[in-house]
Amino acid sequence: MDVSKRLIFKATAVAAALAAGLAGCGKEEPKPATPAASAAKAAPVVEPFKAAWIYVGPVGDAGWTFAHDNGRKAVEAAMGGKLKTSFVEKVPEGPDAERVIRDLATQGNQIIFATSFGYMEPMLKVAKEFPNVKFEHATGYKTTENMRVYDARFYQDSYLAGVIAGKVTKSNVLGFVGSFPIPEVLRNINAFTLGAQSVNPKVTTKVVWVSTWFDPPKETEAAQALINGGADVLLQNTDSTAVLKTAESNGKFAFGWDSDMSAFAPKAHLGSAIVDWSNYYKKAVQEAMDKSWKTGVTRWGVKEGQNDLIKIADSVPAETKAKVEELKKGLKEGTFEVFTGPITDNAGKERLAAGVKADDDWKGKVDFFVKGVEGTVPAGK
Amino acid sequence: MSEQLALLIAATLAAGTPIAIAGLGLVINEKAGVVNLGAEGMMLIAAVAGFAMAFKTGNPWIGFAAGMLGGALAAMVFGLLAIWLNTNQFATGLAISLFGGGLSAFVGVEFVGKQLSQGQRFAVPFLSDIPLVGTALFRQHPMVYIAIALTASLAWFFYRTRAGLVVRAVGENPESAHALGYPVRLIRLAAVMAGGALCGLAGAYLSVVYTPLWVEGMVAGRGWIALALTVFATWRPARVLLGAYLFGGVTILQLFLQGMGVQVPAQFMSMLPYLATIVVLVLISRDPAWIRLNMPASIGKPFYP
Repeated sequence: MDVSKRLIFKATAVAAALAAGLAGCGKEEPKPATPAASAAKAAPVVEPFKAAWIYVGPVGDAGWTFAHDNGRKAVEAAMGGKLKTSFVEKVPEGPDAERVIRDLATQGNQIIFATSFGYMEPMLKVAKEFPNVKFEHATGYKTTENMRVYDARFYQDSYLAGVIAGKVTKSNVLGFVGSFPIPEVLRNINAFTLGAQSVNPKVTTKVVWVSTWFDPPKETEAAQALINGGADVLLQNTDSTAVLKTAESNGKFAFGWDSDMSAFAPKAHLGSAIVDWSNYYKKAVQEAMDKSWKTGVTRWGVKEGQNDLIKIADSVPAETKAKVEELKKGLKEGTFEVFTGPITDNAGKERLAAGVKADDDWKGKVDFFVKGVEGTVPAGK
Repeated sequence: MSEQLALLIAATLAAGTPIAIAGLGLVINEKAGVVNLGAEGMMLIAAVAGFAMAFKTGNPWIGFAAGMLGGALAAMVFGLLAIWLNTNQFATGLAISLFGGGLSAFVGVEFVGKQLSQGQRFAVPFLSDIPLVGTALFRQHPMVYIAIALTASLAWFFYRTRAGLVVRAVGENPESAHALGYPVRLIRLAAVMAGGALCGLAGAYLSVVYTPLWVEGMVAGRGWIALALTVFATWRPARVLLGAYLFGGVTILQLFLQGMGVQVPAQFMSMLPYLATIVVLVLISRDPAWIRLNMPASIGKPFYP
């Protein structure tokens, strides 16, 4: 074999190895099926109901995907042997997702949960091909006969965190590490600021955008920049613990996000804004099982126990803790709404008239900073 | 304001350090004529190895050593494939990069969310007490100064020592070096492993000191920046260091400006380092002499004895 042929041969071999490696990325957790199999042999029992999840990140991310996977485990535990779950992690948003969702549908799963915004179109396509399978999409907005949407209300957590931050801050400057200027994130920034202003009108919020959901070193740098700019209480909606750790090493304060992060920064941690999907998953699976499943949009928050601010630090004054509990009670009873007018943006324009409680449509279109947040929303103007 | 500037400089030095160390490592193997695109993967392997050892022993320096070892071993795999079996360097490097990402994620699962004991703050005695200058320059982790020392010693090694000349000869014209009796493949392997060790040191610095935590994919593209940096710096150690501070500084600057309430499009700023690389590439391509002088003539080409 001459040299060039050898090279081509080897390059092909490497490419094949790469392809194999890539294919291996979307691996499934093989569930031990022995109990079910042996049971089936012993007596003709009903086959367990099958539900599947697809995740955008690894289950070990300590944040978004981790929270969804905890929900999956909870529903499996609650249903006992009646339910068999599986998941596929690290599925990129795009064509790969469509293939994975279709695979899951052909494998006999009767309900499938897609836990990232970018799975919307792929899921929509597959949902049309499998009219008897129920499809559930997190954080999206498109529904069909057999595909519906579920979401959480993180801004409620952000508001509660703001109440604590407004009380704890000494510099009256709060910091927020933002991922992308989309309504979801802007809602959190605004709610955080409004919460702080409710107990401390002097508070202003600085925002630093990192243009990523996940880049721990960059999140560290952003947090450091905010601290250098005078902020002493930070919140983030990025997915790692880096902001919290940076606050810890600078002797400042911050919050956990998505899951309980109190262990990461014993001194800096003021509380963790968490999401608990298990109740929704139990409800959805139950509905699919007894055939009462109907399409629609479900947004649950503190009221339904889906969002919460937990592990509030001992250093937080008792009166503030009491205030947070009171607000939680208000959210639960439906007497309190975070976005209640008058709300003015930081250019002085009124965005919500006095006394009006914002509806979900208004919240879905937030494209401004409230008064007290510094700077302007990047782009999209 | 001047206090802000001092903090900005301090943050820039810290941010540029891992990129500089990795870039210097890559210069070593590229000087010997081998391009290793596996930098990102080697840094990830080293990041998890370094974090794991620092976590088990409580000593960050053992973490750094473990990171260097991890990086060197990954580079050795690359070296054996690319130098002895003469596999395509670019494809093999990409394979190492992807493999490193997967392996580190797999090995690192149990270290996600683990805590390192809080590192003490460092300060150079006396010098750190100088107002502003002390804040800007003399309160850094020792690794920042090690990177500067490393730059100087590499420049001295390549241009002032016989061994450095031999490494360069292997990268310029391996056939001639071979004819003179130098073990070209061994020298290339040594250079590749040294490069891997430095990439490893950079990865371990990220997970043990800079962030400090381990999560999957935490190097987040810094290996690729280091690769771009070697070209940007036309393979000169001092320019690698300056380039790393420039690349690190651009990121830090845009975050600082945002923190101070100055509005800059973040996307534009994150594009700048790469834009600068392209401009430099265009400039050096216009001047063939510059390339001839600095670019290793046999870079990326396999050597058959």
